[in-house]
Amino acid sequence: MEREEQIAQELISRFNYLQDKVRVARQRRIFAEVSQEQFKEVFEYVQQRLGFTILCTITGLDEQETFGIIYHCAHDNGTMINIKTRIPKNNPVLATVTSYFPSADAYEREMIDLLGIKVQGLPEGLRYPLPDDWPADEHPLRKDWKPDRLSRHQTDRPVASG
Amino acid sequence: MPNNKRFKIPIGPQHPALKEPESFSVALKGEKILGVDIRLGYNHRGIEKACEERTFIQDVYLIERICGICSHTHSTCFVQGVEELAHLEVPKRGLYIRTLIGELERIHSHLLWLGVAGHEIGFDTLLMYSWRDRESVMDMLALLTGNRVNYGINTIGGVRRDINPEQIRKVLAAMDTLEERTKYYVELALEETTIIQRLSGVGVLSHDDALRLGAVGPTGRASGVNRDIRRDDPYAAYPDVSFEVVVDNHNDVYGRTIVRLKELLESYKIIRQLLKNLPEGPVAIKAPRKIPAGEVVSRYEAPRGEDVHYIKSNGTEKPERVKVRAPTLANVQSVKYMLKDRFLADMPIVIAAIDPCFSCTDRLVGISTAENRKNEIMTWGELHDYSIGWYRKQGIDFGALNKKLMKRLRPDT
Repeated sequence: MEREEQIAQELISRFNYLQDKVRVARQRRIFAEVSQEQFKEVFEYVQQRLGFTILCTITGLDEQETFGIIYHCAHDNGTMINIKTRIPKNNPVLATVTSYFPSADAYEREMIDLLGIKVQGLPEGLRYPLPDDWPADEHPLRKDWKPDRLSRHQTDRPVASG
Repeated sequence: MPNNKRFKIPIGPQHPALKEPESFSVALKGEKILGVDIRLGYNHRGIEKACEERTFIQDVYLIERICGICSHTHSTCFVQGVEELAHLEVPKRGLYIRTLIGELERIHSHLLWLGVAGHEIGFDTLLMYSWRDRESVMDMLALLTGNRVNYGINTIGGVRRDINPEQIRKVLAAMDTLEERTKYYVELALEETTIIQRLSGVGVLSHDDALRLGAVGPTGRASGVNRDIRRDDPYAAYPDVSFEVVVDNHNDVYGRTIVRLKELLESYKIIRQLLKNLPEGPVAIKAPRKIPAGEVVSRYEAPRGEDVHYIKSNGTEKPERVKVRAPTLANVQSVKYMLKDRFLADMPIVIAAIDPCFSCTDRLVGISTAENRKNEIMTWGELHDYSIGWYRKQGIDFGALNKKLMKRLRPDT
């Protein structure tokens, strides 16, 4: 766990506000929490200085009042740092990370469709994964979403029930 | 039509040449591809949402059905995450069996890929050969788990079935046969001009681009990306076995072929070590129904590359959130890049070369025999004999090789 503790210490000494926000969960697993305002500098530092050059995926969480966004970044040596940031549900806007990681494209589009998060700066492209004729304000991964909501929009095409 | 005219052809989502629904919109100038838009999602079944409405143990079976080829990948990735949340110490024997099934799955997946790749370049003999060989590993999976696909052997806390010395003997015999066959394929790939010329320089992905675009698995390793979760972030029984991570610098479809073939040889090595050092003891421990609150990220080296699961528990028996990132999604950007400025005719093999996931969930249990025209359930052995007899009647006899194979697989007959 020495290597993981070192990374945590380095982050905290570089960014004071990360005090108590970095947690070493086990060997090769670090979790960190950072505000939206400070996200960019921490994210860039982790990628460019600490060598976490792999973006495994991005997870979006519905936390009632907020959305939690977790960026799972990995190092070639197997260590993974999970950087979490929060955005308000009533103004769910994120900046894209595709300029750092082109593969983030699919992960960000998934959050747009399934959670209704807006991602700024994303290059033009096709939606993923919902159908083209999916109703605009239905986001299935939100906690209050149930499949029967679709019947409100149903006019001409069958939707599986239950 | 003037040959400088640009046009777009849509392929899919429903198209006879595709193995699963996906949509490619290809911009062409003559035969050259200017760019490709890939539209995915036609197979999205809302499994992450469904997981939140079911218990952890139900989710094991649901998650196993994400994919028909790497089903064990997903169930292992999920259960080891839940085990970490619940602080369960899984017995070593359980971990070894879990790893054994995982490597058998890799073998069947790579052999399946080899056949598909052969088919896509018009080398259907290779398809027939490698899929016949794949049957012997499918038989081993059925022998050990009871199922050809969706093995259902994982559970939270270990595995659901133990293995006995007789089964070990059969698996080892199958490994010997497969190793001999795989060496032949390696020789074929290294010396057969048709294969070398058709695959070299096709679907090029340079080392830097592979890193930049985040290519995973054999797609990345064939471009010199030396990453393998089994070694870098070891799980299950991988800390106890020694194997080499196969890396190649051809940067093309040819390199991806070599990597998968050599990985097969490594899998046989791993399986022999696992069976030789199989610890005694129980194969599972009891897991609680309610999983303590917390979050965990689980990683697994699937046949296609890194599989990632994020699991969050709120202390109840149902997860708060389950997030799955299968390897193919990480390789989509690379495919777009590989196809640009290349010929349309290379498209099938370039797409096949990342080994995109499609379901292979067929399972035959009952057939009507022509002789007596009544339905009967055949055992695997009878089915084997029936198919061989059928071919023999048509004048096709696989000959000495086949006899040797059958003898190795079922020495008792």
